[in-house]
Amino acid sequence: MAVSGDPTTPVVKAEDYRKREESITISSEPVGETHELLTLNIGPHHPATHGVLRLITTLEGEIVRDIVPIIGYVHTGIEKTAESKSYWKVIPVIERMDYLSYYFNAMAYCGAVETLLDLEIPPRAQYLRVIHLELNRIMSHLVWLGTSALDLGAISMFWYCFRERETILDLFEMSSGQRMHTRYIQVGGVFEDIPRGFEAKLRQFIKLMPTRADQYADLLEKNEIVLQRLRGTCPLDKETLLQLGVTGPLLRAAGNPWDLRKAAPYSSYDHFEFRIPVGTVGDNYDRYRVRHAEIYESVKIIEQALDGLPEGPHITTDRKVALPPRHELATSMEALIHHFKLVTEGFRVPPGEAYYPIEGPRGELGCFVRSDGSAKPARVHMRDPSFVNLQATAPMVKDSYIADLIATLAMVDPVLGGIDR
Amino acid sequence: MGFRSTCSSRGTPPVPDATGLELTAQELRDADSESILGTVFHRGRAVLLVNPASVRSVIGRLHAKGYAFLASLHGCDYHPEEPRLGVLYELLDMTNVDRITVKARVHIDAARIESVVDLFPGANFPEREVYDMFGVVFDGHPDMRRILMPEDYEGHPQRRDFPTGGEPVLFTYNEENSYGKWQ
Repeated sequence: MAVSGDPTTPVVKAEDYRKREESITISSEPVGETHELLTLNIGPHHPATHGVLRLITTLEGEIVRDIVPIIGYVHTGIEKTAESKSYWKVIPVIERMDYLSYYFNAMAYCGAVETLLDLEIPPRAQYLRVIHLELNRIMSHLVWLGTSALDLGAISMFWYCFRERETILDLFEMSSGQRMHTRYIQVGGVFEDIPRGFEAKLRQFIKLMPTRADQYADLLEKNEIVLQRLRGTCPLDKETLLQLGVTGPLLRAAGNPWDLRKAAPYSSYDHFEFRIPVGTVGDNYDRYRVRHAEIYESVKIIEQALDGLPEGPHITTDRKVALPPRHELATSMEALIHHFKLVTEGFRVPPGEAYYPIEGPRGELGCFVRSDGSAKPARVHMRDPSFVNLQATAPMVKDSYIADLIATLAMVDPVLGGIDR
Repeated sequence: MGFRSTCSSRGTPPVPDATGLELTAQELRDADSESILGTVFHRGRAVLLVNPASVRSVIGRLHAKGYAFLASLHGCDYHPEEPRLGVLYELLDMTNVDRITVKARVHIDAARIESVVDLFPGANFPEREVYDMFGVVFDGHPDMRRILMPEDYEGHPQRRDFPTGGEPVLFTYNEENSYGKWQ
């Protein structure tokens, strides 16, 4: 509403706002004569929507009859930006898509570029990637657990989860210099070998993390309010989930053990022993249990990767792709030329297309890269799991209470940076 | 101790090798001789180039063959090649862990393709995104609207000839001078 009395302010009438939204259809089922349908707008600025997600809900009393998600509020055109940057400069922008799984974004993108380059990654780099990917998975699940518990009214969980997340961010800072958006995974390997002291600190963390996860379970699973709000609410069967393209913990909670780390291993995931937690009925409780159990499995993977960390280079020795070590620049003309070429133009990638799927914290994260032979990608597309999984929210919450809508949205774990890209 | 791995750093090679891809293509050609325009096998990725008119039937046949999961649907602009726009369907067979890509190329002035939302309800948002970013209209889609860009936006920004920059940032005070159609 415009402030009246100021002649310079254009008067915006209420119907103008309606006109702008005229193409948003609010579908609803016809109901009995005595009941009236209420259209309620939730978001985009609402703490329970985990970002800037807007939901147009159709309510009958307290029952949700239909929801229409409206997205695009944080669309930043990263895929378009990527087309005007050389391959290695795309990594920082790609990491900013799904801001809770930056290692995964970089891994999917680098994997696609490495496929096009037909580049083999040194074993040490593969293990270092796995260590950081699994740390990132724990970090993402901790943020999810803290904020989801917050939505259910359990404020203290938030502080406990963020305490452990802080340790992980410290570890990221040690290995890469950044806490978030680390640009650690590079085309051909990783940015740097892990520093001294990293292993000791990481071992301390993986020793502590399972007991912390036990404590979370004690806090939540013996809490009658949490149990009543999660158990049996908003289930969806695995057939419907598969049709909707849903992957990740949501699909596993419904009983389908699909996990790309096991089904189509990449980056040496076949070296590690771990189990895939699956649910039975696919309700909100199963969604919580599956993610919670994944924290323990990730800790196991990190421990095995740390024990078996192979010696060798941390990045490919192919100087056409990766920068030469700094000390070589003073003595080798060849190294200087390579350094100059890489920093100014970047490397060229042979023409072709690649789709590289990995198992992100929310499901299949696939990166499509098309190269036209130049030093810049011709197309970068991220198949973000949040974007696809969001479609399952409406069938999940249909005919349930609006309070369960909030809980379900928390358990779907959408990250709007990944949805809107 | 040697470093052993059953998979390469780039992941497990997909099951349809070049021969398997040709067999699949031949099978689809037998059902409809016009449907398959060609095959590409590059870096372990199997691609079927499909006539845009028969995309839906080809995907339906692949669905029946076991590729029952649509992993990803995205667009691509092949500017300056013709036909310019491409729609790519990354199909997945979860039983045999096997991926195949269906690619359809359409001309920019006749950018229409049949929707697969009835086969894969999860294609709803991705098809809207392809329409939003490239302007490919999916016939039979229940809700063919923009999804990420503002609904009064003009143009399809992921096309290669769409310029970046030069657009005013919209605030409340200048939104009425914008590209918007509302007055």
